[in-house]
Order: sequence, then C-alpha cells, then structure tokens
Amino acid sequence: MGPYLSLFATQFQLTLQYRTAAVAGFVTQCWWGGLKIAVLSAFFATSRATDAPIGLTQLVSYVWLAQGLLALQPWNGDPAVAAAVRTGGVALERLRPLDTYWWWYARSASTLISRALPRAALMVAFAGVALPLAGLGPWGLSPPAGLGAGLAFLVSLVLVVALAATVVMLINVLIVTTMTARGANTMVAPFVILLSGSEIPLPLLPDVLHAFLFVQPLAGVMDIPFRIYVGDLTGPMAAAGVGLQVFWTVVLALVGRRLLARAMQRLEVQGG
Amino acid sequence: MNGLRLYLRYARASVRMQMLYPGAFLLLAATQFLNTLISIAAIWALFDRFGGLSGWRFAEVAVFFATANLSFGVADAINRGFDVFGPQFVKTGDFDRLLLRPRTAALQVLGFELRLTRIGRLAQALIVLVIALPLAHGDWTLAQGLSLAGAVAGGVALFSAILILQATLTFWTIDNLEAVNVVTYGGVEASQYPLDVYWRWLARFLIFIVPLGCVTYFPVVYALGRTDPLGAPQALLPFAPVVGFVFLAIALWAWSLGVRRYRSTGS
Amino acid sequence: MAQIIAEGLSKTFRVAERDPGLIGAARGLFIRRHREIEALRGVSFALEAGELLGFIGPNGAGKSTTIKILSGILTPTSGRCEIEGLTPWRDRIRHVAHIGVVFGQRSQLWWDLPVVEGFDLLAAIYRLDPADYRRTLDRMVGLMRLERLLDQPVRQLSLGQRMRCEIAAALLHRPRILFLDEPTIGLDATTKLAVRDIVRTLNREEGVTVLLTTHDMHDIQALAERVIVIGHGRILADTSIGAMRAQILSERRLHVRFGGPAPRLDFEGIEVRACEDDRLELAFDPQRTPAAALIARISAAHAVADIHVEEPLIEEVIARFYDLHDAQEA
Repeated sequence: MGPYLSLFATQFQLTLQYRTAAVAGFVTQCWWGGLKIAVLSAFFATSRATDAPIGLTQLVSYVWLAQGLLALQPWNGDPAVAAAVRTGGVALERLRPLDTYWWWYARSASTLISRALPRAALMVAFAGVALPLAGLGPWGLSPPAGLGAGLAFLVSLVLVVALAATVVMLINVLIVTTMTARGANTMVAPFVILLSGSEIPLPLLPDVLHAFLFVQPLAGVMDIPFRIYVGDLTGPMAAAGVGLQVFWTVVLALVGRRLLARAMQRLEVQGG
Repeated sequence: MNGLRLYLRYARASVRMQMLYPGAFLLLAATQFLNTLISIAAIWALFDRFGGLSGWRFAEVAVFFATANLSFGVADAINRGFDVFGPQFVKTGDFDRLLLRPRTAALQVLGFELRLTRIGRLAQALIVLVIALPLAHGDWTLAQGLSLAGAVAGGVALFSAILILQATLTFWTIDNLEAVNVVTYGGVEASQYPLDVYWRWLARFLIFIVPLGCVTYFPVVYALGRTDPLGAPQALLPFAPVVGFVFLAIALWAWSLGVRRYRSTGS
Repeated sequence: MAQIIAEGLSKTFRVAERDPGLIGAARGLFIRRHREIEALRGVSFALEAGELLGFIGPNGAGKSTTIKILSGILTPTSGRCEIEGLTPWRDRIRHVAHIGVVFGQRSQLWWDLPVVEGFDLLAAIYRLDPADYRRTLDRMVGLMRLERLLDQPVRQLSLGQRMRCEIAAALLHRPRILFLDEPTIGLDATTKLAVRDIVRTLNREEGVTVLLTTHDMHDIQALAERVIVIGHGRILADTSIGAMRAQILSERRLHVRFGGPAPRLDFEGIEVRACEDDRLELAFDPQRTPAAALIARISAAHAVADIHVEEPLIEEVIARFYDLHDAQEA
C-alpha cells in the first residue's frame, strides 16, 4: 500500500498549489449556481409545483452541493496519462514494479480530491455560511436533513470519490486505446453532466425515467449523495443508493482493469 | 470591401487546415451538438413537469434559447483569434508578425481561425429555431422577423466585443482571465431564458452592466409578439440590439489602445 | 537623399520588478517598482538605396530593438527616423507595404498550409496585382529553387528549405528594402551559401537595400562592405571591414613548415604564436615588416618546405573590438 499512498499524497500536494485557479473557478460556479436556482424558483412559482417529487429548498441545496463538488465529476481523463500517450511514454509506466491500474487510480483519486477541496470549502463558506448570515437562508446551502442524513452523506461522499475515480480510469483506458486524449476528453463529459444530475437534478427529469436514472452508475457520482443530504433519499432507499455506489465502483473497477490490461498488451505489441 | 475579401481568404485557408483532421472535427462538432441538445432537453423536461414559466410557453423559451446560442455560436466561431490572443500572440511575441503586414492588426487576428467545430452549437440552435418558430406563434410579421435577425446580429456584436476585450486585457495580463468565461459562457447560459424569470437585480445587471438583455431579450420579446413583463417601452424593443454594436465600437477602441501600448513596450 | 535615415534613436524600457515569493507577489499588487533599461542611446546612421549594411554586436546590444524600430513595430522613446519619406511607427501600414522582413528563428508562413497557398494568402494580404504576383513568384521560385517545395505543407520542410521559402515570402511584394535578422542561424553550410548567394543577387542585380544583423562573421565577410557595430545601445563603429581590420588587428600571421625541426627565430618584428615539430606560426605587423621581406629572410636562413600568410579571423577582429570598447554581452 505504501507506494500508492505516497503517490496519492504527492499528487495531492501538487494539485493543492493551484489556489488561484480555485478562486477563479469559484466565481464561475457561484454564477452557475445562482442562475440554476433562479430558474428553478421561477418554475416552482407555477401551479404544478405542488406535484414536484422534491421541494425547492431541497433543490437549492442540491444545486449548491453540485457546484461546490463539481471538481469531483469525472469529465476528463488524468492529464498525466494524456501526456504520457502524447510523448509515447506509456510503456514506461510499465517499468514500475507496481500495478498500473491502482497506480493511476491513486493518482486520479488524489487529483479529484485535491481539486475539489478548496472549491468545496469556498462554496460552503459562501452558500453555507455567508448567504444564511445575510438573511438569505432558503437560498443558501442548508444543513443536512438530520444527523442520520449527514452521516450517510459522508459515507456516500467517500464512495463518490471511489466511483468517480473508476470512471476517470475508464476514460484513461479510452485515451490509451485511441492513443489520443482528444476523443475521450470531449465525448464523455456530456453524458456525465446529464446522468449525474449536474445539468438538471435527476428527480426533475420525467417520472418514467426515474427507475433507470437511479440504477445507472453515474447517479452515484452526484445525485445519490445529494439526495441523501437533503433528505430525499431516506432509510431503505438511501441504503439502496449507497449499495448501488458500491456495486458500480466494483464493477467499473473490474471492467477498467480488464480493459486496461488489454490495451497495455496491444501497446506492447505495437511498441507504443 | 477589400477587408472582407481578405477575411474570406483567411476563412477558406482556416477551413482547409481544419479539414486535414476530419475525425477530430466531427468528434468535437458532435460533442458540441450533444451539449447544446442536453441543454434544451433539460429545459423541455422542466416545462414537461411544471407546465409553464411566468407565462411563457416552451416554444417561446426555445426561441430565446436558440437566439442566444446562435449568436454566441457565430461569435465564438469567428473570434477564435481573439480568444487565444494572449497565449498565441502576446506570450510568443508573434504579434510582431502581424504588425509587419500592411493590414490592420484586428483584421488579421480575426482571420486567424474560423472555428468550424462550433457548427455543433450552431446547427443545434438552428434546428431548435426552425422547429420552435412556427410553434411560438402563428402570424409572423416582417418587423418581427427583422427584430429576430437584429437580435442575432446584435448578439454576435456583443459577444465579439467581450472576446475582443478579453484579448485586449492580455496585452497587460498575458494570460486570459477566467472571469471572462463567466461573462461569455455564463452569459449564454443566462440568456437561454427570458430575463423576467430572474430576480430583478440580476435582470438589471444583465441589461445595464453586461447588456446581454438588449440583444437576447428585448428584440426577441418583440419578435414573439409579446409585451415586456419588465416594462420596457414596446417601441424601443426591436432597436435594443444597437447596444451590442455600441459595445463593439468601445471594444475596438480599447483594442487600439492595447496595440499602442504593445508597440511602445515591445514583446 | 538617403533612403533610410536614423537620427538619435533612443529606447528605454520600463521593466516591472518583483520580489520573489508569495509576499513579493502580494506586495507587487500594491506597489510597482520599475527598472529602466536603456536599450538604445542615440543611434544614428544613414543608408543609401542599394546599399548592403551588416549590423553586428553582442547579444543585448540593441540590434533587434533597432530593427523593430526601423520596421515600425516598436515606437522609440526619442529620435527621428525616415525611410523613403515615411516615419515607420507612425505610418505603419504604408511603411510595411514597402519593406520585407525575415526573422531567422520565426516563420511567417502558415504551418499546415502548402507553401504556395501561404504565398497566395500573402499576395491577398499585400493586395498584389495577380499578374505582377505571378511574375514575382516565378522569379523567386527560380532564384531559390522552390519548385519541389511549393505543394508541401510548411511543417514538413527542413530548416534550410523553410528559410528559402521565408525569404521568398518576404519578397513577394517586391520591397525595395529588406531587413534580415539572423537569417543563417541554424542552417547547414550549403544552405548558408545559398542564402548568401540569394541576398547578394538581390542586392547587386535588383538593387534591393539590405540591412542584415548576424552573429556569423562569414555572412559579413561574404556580403557586407559596410558594417555597423553596436554595443550597449550605442554605435561603436560605422566603417568597412577592411578599415576595421586595419585599425584593430593589423597583424598578419605567417605559417611556416620547415624541412626539419622548427628552428628558434628571434629577430625583432615577429612574435612566435605556436611552435610544433616542424611547424611555426608567427605574428607580425605588415606595416613595419613587409611580408615579402620576412619570407625572404626566413627562407634564406633555413630550409622551408611550405609558407603561407593569413589575416586574423574576423571573429578575432570583432572580439578584440568588443574588448576595446568593453562591449561584451550585456
């Protein structure tokens, strides 16, 4: 475990240095969050709002959580992998006496967390503290819907990282297979944005899709933990959600490992 | 106009260069299309669930959506040179090259690249527009059509102005400021809905500070045959896009100041 | 009237100074300290139409600053400049239409476009008459042997091929003045000769005024009769190479190979520079000791197998010149 943990720590420190990028991104995210909330509250002013499966205050917190934890979303592959593919140094990664999958996994997970932490902290400070202090409580990030919800959320959040990292690994496999980052880094993002609840909170999508949206792997990246937080998923449903996160993490990790091994083998044959 | 002819030459050369990599082009264009499609799908889902939005129907909001994305798509495609101006020309000192040619620098920067992949956003917006227009209302007049065209033209002018201002800043800062993305991408995002949906202070900000409302909201309200819920005088609505062109003139003036500074400090 | 007139050109740059580290960066947001760099201090010279001038100087001396001011892309702090009646930085667009500029390391052609398409685009930019353009293009293609390069994208060319295309590109609009900034840098020997040949032809046969900056003294030797040496922003010399050599390093070298082991020579007027087996290298001042007399004297006293006389390398002349004027690299 030693080398993987130390790689994790190093990558963490490196990414944490990009503080200015965090602040710049924060402004963007506040704007996006504000817009989405404005639109949602306008929709909720209509008569059919009472039939909505989830309340406006809950949605407001959902949106702020989504913006604050945006960096956890697996949109792109690991830039180090893209660089290695570009320079032809992927084969060199095999020289290390380590399992390539877990090596890259540790790096991806570390990047995700270290990018997310400063932005999340800023967002909590803004939406969770500053807005309520300014008397705009209902428009800010409310506290979790109870102690149980809060604890379940933390567990779910850890699984978000585990799951998101497996998705990043799948993108990495795509990069290695296609020998370029261009396709992988652009094509995957739209699906992630839609299916994780980033574009529009999943409960607001048509009812007929709800079952599918709940069980698909990307729900565990945003939707499930956030709904646990705001109290929309409770008891057995919350447990099911967490269970799905675990399930998909395991499945995608296994699939990712198999595919990576195959891609690496093909590389060795071609001499990439 | 000779400048226009030169621009078309540049555009042709740029298109040829991008077509050297058809696979990448198709992929990027398809992704753009998909992204914009997801945006409108999300709006549709909200209308499907809630039935209406402050008295607007889905087809009408779709027109707002399409106009904003059309404007930004065109501006984004044309002004790529200004978008990458800092790293591409200032940081490398390649701007000298442009100054050594007997043409205005702005025209040459404009000719740097015609970003074809933006056609993904453009195509999607056009499809939505074509479908939504007849559904939005049945009796289109010439004045309304012109107002819509004015909205797109004004939008292109305004977004171009923002990108030119971003480029002008790089004469001082070298690298692009992330904050400008809030205005461009954030601005398109905000313009996808009619402004009266937002809180008053936000709507005012988007009309008076960054005058997106003048190009993406007022003229479209007129084109849809409605009166402005925010209370702007009906007669002025179709003329609001002029503000976009005024902004463009200001941006070009600021640009000339930036060029003068560059020529005095060197690279 | 001279074609190019520069009078008292001065340029001072203000460079922001920043303390290192985070504190320095934060402080830098509030207080800006500036350092002034005087890149040029009163550079004056004049060039007649059809002249070929070599501009040399150590790095940081002000060569590229001068070229940038002359081409109009940099405005000087003070001073006057007139090129064919126009002030470069004030009448930029009209001025650059009549000059050609080649930067040694940087390309003005489009990377992914075939060479000829880049030329066509330049023709549109310079608003060239199609018939004139065709004629000039054919001439350039012939002069620089570009036939096989025209359809290739620029990125596929070697450095030498690219430089030939660069020069052609700079001449498509038939400028009467050509500025070359380190044109032979990084080129192989054959291409250097080709480039020098082209420049010489342009200057001698077409009467193009050429101003050439270079570190390569062979360029100077091959092309320039007149040379301006610039150091620390000032002109240190404006003369011919021959005059400089005579003034700075008027010695000559005598290389002698003897029939047997080299003898010891100790008469006045000579300085032994090297002595090895049967060879001897002497330095002497031809003013005081004519070469012929020296050769006769040595041959009379010893068995000489071979003799030749040599002038010091131009690099040595220039290096000595820099030394004298304390003008080493800034």
